[in-house]
Amino acid sequence: MKNGVPSSRAYVGTFVALMALLGITIMAGYIDLGVLNLPIAMAISLAKTLLIILFFMHVWHGSRLTWVIAGAGFFWLMLLLVLAMTDYRTRTPVAPMPASHVQLP
Amino acid sequence: MPETTPSTAHQFETLSQQRDADIAGMWIFLATEVMFFGGLIMCYTFARYSYPQVFEAASHRLYVGYGGTNTAILLCSSFTMALAVRAAQMGDRKWLLRLLMATIGLGLAFLTVKGFEYHTDYVEHLVPRLDFRWEGGESPHAELFFWLYFTLTGLHALHVTIGICVLGTMAILAGRGRIGEIPVEIAGLYWHFVDIVWVFLFPLLYLVGHRS
Repeated sequence: MKNGVPSSRAYVGTFVALMALLGITIMAGYIDLGVLNLPIAMAISLAKTLLIILFFMHVWHGSRLTWVIAGAGFFWLMLLLVLAMTDYRTRTPVAPMPASHVQLP
Repeated sequence: MPETTPSTAHQFETLSQQRDADIAGMWIFLATEVMFFGGLIMCYTFARYSYPQVFEAASHRLYVGYGGTNTAILLCSSFTMALAVRAAQMGDRKWLLRLLMATIGLGLAFLTVKGFEYHTDYVEHLVPRLDFRWEGGESPHAELFFWLYFTLTGLHALHVTIGICVLGTMAILAGRGRIGEIPVEIAGLYWHFVDIVWVFLFPLLYLVGHRS
């Protein structure tokens, strides 16, 4: 770290880690892990994302405001996926209403 | 080296305050991009949850070779982009130009591979509405997978194209010596974001279930 400019060694390390994680994702894609295939693939993608955001996008040394905005984007996505899927997974099918009960306005 | 000194716009007290505002503004834009892709990811999640078997079979018709190569290309381009931002911060115009050109080249390589892949998909009758053929049941649901595949990768390819144009502009400005470090850093944020989108699209589209 010189005059606030990150060293190129940090970037090389991040890049090597990203390529290693890509290799692990592809290998895991060829192994039968049952229901664990999806969570493992997503965990690796999340790890890659964190590396890119923290080091390539400089959030690690970024202002608190950047942390809040980046976190808000992720939080919003989680709200969308978790709340919507909770609804779909817990919804019991309702029998269709007989035509004689349908009242048109 | 003729480097224009960045000046503070009149609404800012200091240069560092201006820089923080510029970066924060870009991050807010990226948060809206998360929402943009998020809606489609939600569609994908629900469709995959509803038709798990056919989504796995459809995913296995895609080639990991294409998707994996493109992931590697984009990760390399993020690396050259990060180094380009560093060169801009160090005021090294020669390396800034070289690294910007390398990033643009990798972006074009990504689009080329994608083009070959789309052609393969077309030849194998996997493009919805263009003579789509599916052996073994649930054809409409398999077609749904490919609708999502083409929409997600198509919109992503559009983002890569926009990114290449932005970086091209940066390279022209850098060649004329009329660029500060902040525009390069903001262009870099966009490029890294596009990379992150692909980091999720690759396992979601190519690695459903497991391959044998």
